[in-house]
Amino acid sequence: MRKQVPLLLTFCAGMIPIVALFVPERHVSTVSTTLDSWLIIVAGFALLLGVVNVVQMNTNKIRRKTSGWPYAVVLLAGLAIMGTFGFAGAFGGFGGIATRLDGTSTPFDWLYQNAFLPLQGTMFALLAFFMASASYRAFRARNVEATILLIAALIVMFGRIPFGEMVTKWFPLTTEWIMAKPNMAAQRGIMIGAGLGAASMALRVIVGIERSYLGLGKGE
Amino acid sequence: MPISSRNRVCFLPLAAILLAVLPFLLFSASVDGQPPPETTGSTLVSETPPADTVAGQPPAVEGLTAADTPDDEGGSVTVKWTEPAGAAELGLTYRVMRADSPDGQYTEVCELAAGENEFMDAGLTDGQQYCYKVFSIVGPGTAESGPTAPASPRGNWFRMYRLNALILLLVFSGSVLYYISRARRAKPIYIRKIAGLNAVDEAVGRATEMGKKILYIPGIMSIDEIQTIASLAILGHVARLSAQYNADLEVPNKDPLTFASARETVKEAYLEAGRPDLFREEMVNYVTYDQFAYTASVTGKMVRERPATNFLIGSFYAESLLLAESGQSVGAIQISGTAEVAQLPFFVVACDYTLIGEELYAASAYLSREPVLLGSIKGQDLTKLLLMLALGLGVILESFGVAFVKDAFRMH
Repeated sequence: MRKQVPLLLTFCAGMIPIVALFVPERHVSTVSTTLDSWLIIVAGFALLLGVVNVVQMNTNKIRRKTSGWPYAVVLLAGLAIMGTFGFAGAFGGFGGIATRLDGTSTPFDWLYQNAFLPLQGTMFALLAFFMASASYRAFRARNVEATILLIAALIVMFGRIPFGEMVTKWFPLTTEWIMAKPNMAAQRGIMIGAGLGAASMALRVIVGIERSYLGLGKGE
Repeated sequence: MPISSRNRVCFLPLAAILLAVLPFLLFSASVDGQPPPETTGSTLVSETPPADTVAGQPPAVEGLTAADTPDDEGGSVTVKWTEPAGAAELGLTYRVMRADSPDGQYTEVCELAAGENEFMDAGLTDGQQYCYKVFSIVGPGTAESGPTAPASPRGNWFRMYRLNALILLLVFSGSVLYYISRARRAKPIYIRKIAGLNAVDEAVGRATEMGKKILYIPGIMSIDEIQTIASLAILGHVARLSAQYNADLEVPNKDPLTFASARETVKEAYLEAGRPDLFREEMVNYVTYDQFAYTASVTGKMVRERPATNFLIGSFYAESLLLAESGQSVGAIQISGTAEVAQLPFFVVACDYTLIGEELYAASAYLSREPVLLGSIKGQDLTKLLLMLALGLGVILESFGVAFVKDAFRMH
């Protein structure tokens, strides 16, 4: 039972969307959309499980004073503050969670706009610096392949800026060719292979051959 | 993945037959799948004088038809008409009217601007008859078309326009299942070496020797993403090795469903390795649902705890380079894998090994060496060969102006 029930459920959950793709019958599409709704509900409960895990883990960290425990205090404080304003706002407390009608911010909105978004933006901005360091490493001409990569990258970079076009019109033209021909051909090759791989994996999951994601080993 | 020369010889004729038959099937499907004959309003229009004959009136639409919408689940009728010449210049609008019978009480269904010549009326009752009229309107002037003959919506059982997808699906599934069944009794199947997967043992061993952590990041998507499932299959293998070597494994999660599945996978792997005592709940933990907050947490962990090995396997987006570069900066051995084409260059640059696209999906078969799983890869290779042949044939025929191979693979 421990093995059969999850495999049977997987088979049904995998087959229904496939059938719904080809069969427009109303009952089939109803079952398929209901399954999607169930996924959202299950994910909601799983999120609750996640929050419980975060609280447990970080409380233990603080109690044991393990390395980095002050970060756990900050995390729990953030969770408690945002959670309180969010929950209270959802039930009408503190003027709700969005901006008030007079244009002033509710506490939740203020924290979101002035703490959460800037922090998120900061993380995203780091990408530019990491990209520079990664490019430096990638474009070192250590061998033939890396040299070709370096030349292609230089042409594309010059082709994308007005200075490149000012130097010669061949920069944008060559850039266009590199992006549309060798680059696109390689990307499509990877995508076709990945698509077939994904379909093969999905088939293995549906027919119950691939079961490692369920925690079922070879012997089960 | 290579296919043996014997099989290649066997399947080349099969591919040729398939390619020859597919267009025929599609052609016959398009004939069979044509919607029922449309009922035109033109015959009935003749009974009443066209409204646009009156001076100053806008021209009425012509060729008004109403028919059941093909290939749908029912409950809709598609109304089509031919626009009068110069409709856009006149600034015409069309008011679609509906009644239960040609002489019944017409009520407005919708109003469309010039340029539109089709409307799908949804939310109707299957089996019931509906008639339509279309009014052309310019300012106060209105011209009415004759009513269409009654049309009744009905549900269909197959989307004929997806027949080519179904054939491809059947060919693909057939070849995969055939090789799976063959693999159960045949000799071991050859699979080429994948450096990234060969390095998994070495990476876990390195972390054990250094007494440092193994960080396994299963991507940021949920369990309904096939890359995440592939990642969990690899996680099972990594967790088994960690249990055998008594290495310190940590799996931080962004998605709650992936978190629940990953915990179960790791727990079972420790049980299977005979070391359930080594499993701790905090090995697999939940971080947050926000992409960059998750990234901040994991990169912080990398910098503070300096793991010996990082696995970045699954579906990644903008955080891929942040994670991979942070891991690289602390000197961890990094094995990555994704099918997200846009993220692959970042992983290739910042990681020691990268599983590219299909290698990610082949990983569970490669690591487990189970014949049935390897058989599925062989079946997948056959379909790939057929697609390559079709691509080649399509390019050649298209160069000569013959488009049927391209049309046969066109997805709607």
